[in-house]
Amino acid sequence: MTILSVRDMKTDIGQYSVLHGVTFDVPEGGVFVLLGRNGAGKTTTLRSIMGLWQPSPGSVQFQGTDIAGMETADIARKGIAYVPENMGIFGGLTVAENLILATGKGTFDKTRLRRIYDLFPALEQFWTKQAWSLSGGQKQMLSVARAIIEPRALILIDEPTKGLAPSIVAAMADAFRETAKDTTILLVEQNFNFARALGRDMAVIDDGRVVHQASMAEFAADTDLQGRLLGLSA
Amino acid sequence: MDKLTDTLGRYGGVNLLPLALAGVAFFLIGAPSSWVTLTVAGLSMGMMVFLMASGLSLVFGLMDVLNFGHSAFVSFGAFVAASVLALLGGWLDGGPLLASAALALALIAAIAFGLAAGLFFETVIIRPVYRDHLRQILITMGALIVSEQIILAIWGGTPITVLRPPFLEGAWIIGDVSIEIYRLFAFVLGAAVFAGLMVLLNKTRIGLLIRAGVENREMVEALGFKINRLFIGVFMLGSALAALGGAMWAGYETLITPALGGEMMIVVFIVVIIGGLGSIEGTLLGALIVGLTANYIGYLAPKLALASNMILMMAILMWRPSGLRPAVK
Amino acid sequence: MKQSIGSLTVKSAMLVIAALLLFAPFLFQDIRALEVAARICIFIVLVASYDLLIGYTGIVSFAHTMFFGFGAYGSAIALKQMGPGWDAVALGTVAGVVVSLVIAAAIGLISLRVKAIFFAMITLAAASVVLVLASQLSQITGGEDGITYRTPDLFKTATKLAVDEDGKVVRWFGVKLNGKLAAYYFVFATSLVLFLAMLRITVSPLGTVLKAIRENEARAEAIGYRVVAYRTFVFCLSAVVASIAGSVYAIWLKYTGPDTALSFAIMIDILLMVVIGGMGTMWGAVIGAVLMVMAQYYLRDLMGAASEAVAGIPLLPELLAPDRWLFWLGIIFILLVYFFPKGIVGTLTAKGARPPEPLEGPVGVK
Repeated sequence: MTILSVRDMKTDIGQYSVLHGVTFDVPEGGVFVLLGRNGAGKTTTLRSIMGLWQPSPGSVQFQGTDIAGMETADIARKGIAYVPENMGIFGGLTVAENLILATGKGTFDKTRLRRIYDLFPALEQFWTKQAWSLSGGQKQMLSVARAIIEPRALILIDEPTKGLAPSIVAAMADAFRETAKDTTILLVEQNFNFARALGRDMAVIDDGRVVHQASMAEFAADTDLQGRLLGLSA
Repeated sequence: MDKLTDTLGRYGGVNLLPLALAGVAFFLIGAPSSWVTLTVAGLSMGMMVFLMASGLSLVFGLMDVLNFGHSAFVSFGAFVAASVLALLGGWLDGGPLLASAALALALIAAIAFGLAAGLFFETVIIRPVYRDHLRQILITMGALIVSEQIILAIWGGTPITVLRPPFLEGAWIIGDVSIEIYRLFAFVLGAAVFAGLMVLLNKTRIGLLIRAGVENREMVEALGFKINRLFIGVFMLGSALAALGGAMWAGYETLITPALGGEMMIVVFIVVIIGGLGSIEGTLLGALIVGLTANYIGYLAPKLALASNMILMMAILMWRPSGLRPAVK
Repeated sequence: MKQSIGSLTVKSAMLVIAALLLFAPFLFQDIRALEVAARICIFIVLVASYDLLIGYTGIVSFAHTMFFGFGAYGSAIALKQMGPGWDAVALGTVAGVVVSLVIAAAIGLISLRVKAIFFAMITLAAASVVLVLASQLSQITGGEDGITYRTPDLFKTATKLAVDEDGKVVRWFGVKLNGKLAAYYFVFATSLVLFLAMLRITVSPLGTVLKAIRENEARAEAIGYRVVAYRTFVFCLSAVVASIAGSVYAIWLKYTGPDTALSFAIMIDILLMVVIGGMGTMWGAVIGAVLMVMAQYYLRDLMGAASEAVAGIPLLPELLAPDRWLFWLGIIFILLVYFFPKGIVGTLTAKGARPPEPLEGPVGVK
């Protein structure tokens, strides 16, 4: 089952063409990793899916409906959550307020909240603190927690391990594994070890195009290909 | 020095500025009774300016839209309220109940006009030029010109006298201190609106969305909320508050001309720049500082009154380029 | 490169306007027409200098009349205090330029590093403070009444530039060669020089840098241009030119007051001219100034007639009254900014060219 199918997505930012036709399929369930060098267009791909850039032409099929051209808010309401690269935390709001905004009705589902506390105990501890006072890792936890406080079909996560301490990276990996049991994660990642440990399938973007799509196991075995596509030394 | 900064910070930091201002003025003025009168005048002017400026600041914070035509709402509010009061002139002499009703109707008319004009302005004037600052400035400026001309066409260029209910006339005399009742009324009304706004922003879900949107509008969208709808609401609220501020100002001045909006616009701009765009607390702080300064300097060195606000703004900008209490971005 | 019809039209219009202005005293032999021609010359310079700022750097200032006023009042005060000599003209002009330069540099350095929108607000506040100061310091500025003064003898209407055997002033094509004529050509020549100087700047490397900054500030900064320094420089430059234009206008009018040199109405005129003509092109300043000044002098008569024609219909006569002409200009202004943000010249020359870029970045670019 394919949950998200991106076909020939082209995105211009201002006068620059960033994506020249991105095509890939995300199967339902598990973690799908988008790899690629800096500036290849990974973040732009996520933003375009989310409607934060307007892609044209091409199509983005999500659970069978074309969401290309829809408003960001409508795309979110279809069941897609977004964890941006800069985390998108509301610093002036408390941890609790950040989370309550992410719920549709303004009330918490007790069991889901419990699950978040278990995954990220720091959030329970700093529940009434303003979010700007959190550490970088805690902000990242909050951002991820916001994406999973409600059931979502697909979660887009942009470079969650950037600049984080190894212990927090491990906590993130646990959280993603846990989350991916009942939902799909589309993960953009530079840290190949992190990606390899989590990913079931993957695609590589280079210069605004998908140049390779395979299962993670296949790709991880082919060090040659890794070197060529990602510049990783064997 | 650091210790002093820390202590100051604990007791409110920049929020102490109006107090410091009042303290310095107390010694410069010398006469306590004049000082009390001027302070009350400054606070009440500050509150009215706050009403006019709060919407401008919120709208900018939320959508990065600066409406140079904002002062048109102030003018219209003043003239609509004055017209309603003139129309209901008979009620004003018919006892406190009827007079209160007339006043309430005048203020409600101004607010209603502000809401409607805000809706029109947002959808027709501002919507097409979101995110294009240059055209935004030009178009809202054009809209300001047109609005001023409409006011001139309807009410003419000659000054109009504003009627006030008798119970707001006169002053309370306590010892040798005299406090104008209207000023007190303006202060209380402004404070009530501020309290209401604080409740709206801090205790309701809409307020939560507004505060989140001021910080990061994209993320609010990505959480599934349509920020444009929120923005229309905030814009209408801001316009209504500006109109209410104008209506109150009309009663304060008692003689109004179409130039009123333009004159207030400068003060409003200075207030939001000093206070920091996007924050209601900052706007109140800026408004109080400007109101107090205007009255103290007006008494101590009348010719410097307007220039003093300008100097104040420059000084604060050099100290804090984004104003005293900008919204978190 | 093949020239489009649009740019040919613009170029021929320029030639016609230049010729009309050059021969204005001979072509239109009445006082009012000469007033119009002189005002057009001055406003071409004023608008072009403003366009240097708004069109070439994308920043909006509402203080342009303030600098115009500094120049005008500089000359006016010097001529009033020192008498009608060239020394007074020189001193007044230089004083105006210096004041403009200092204030422009101060405003620029303080506020150009913050958001563009702050800059607009701060210049607006500064301009209104100066306007109030000018009316309050009435011992020096004459307050609301302004100052009248005499200009150097060469510009007196009674001065004869050339006399025939009988001692009468010589006429060329029926035009007296008197001081009025000299004054007009003084205005025309200085305006022409200033305009050509600005035109030269826009095609110089500096103009290229300015365009780069306007198109993409972040990238220009990344390449290594010091954006704040460049913007402050252009702001000062445009202030100086406006100041000189003000001095020249003060000499032509022999009167300086808030209405002719400082009022916000002039600022609105400048904005309208820039937008009507087209931002980012010096030719636009010419077209905008010509059209607006003509409209100011002749449209009001038309509106007066129209107002009488619709008498009896509610509100319409008031809106068509000659005093309400700003209402219609305001509406035209809004429509222009919506539909023809490039103005007349921009729209004419841009046919088939690249579509206009948004001036700010797309959503989310910060």
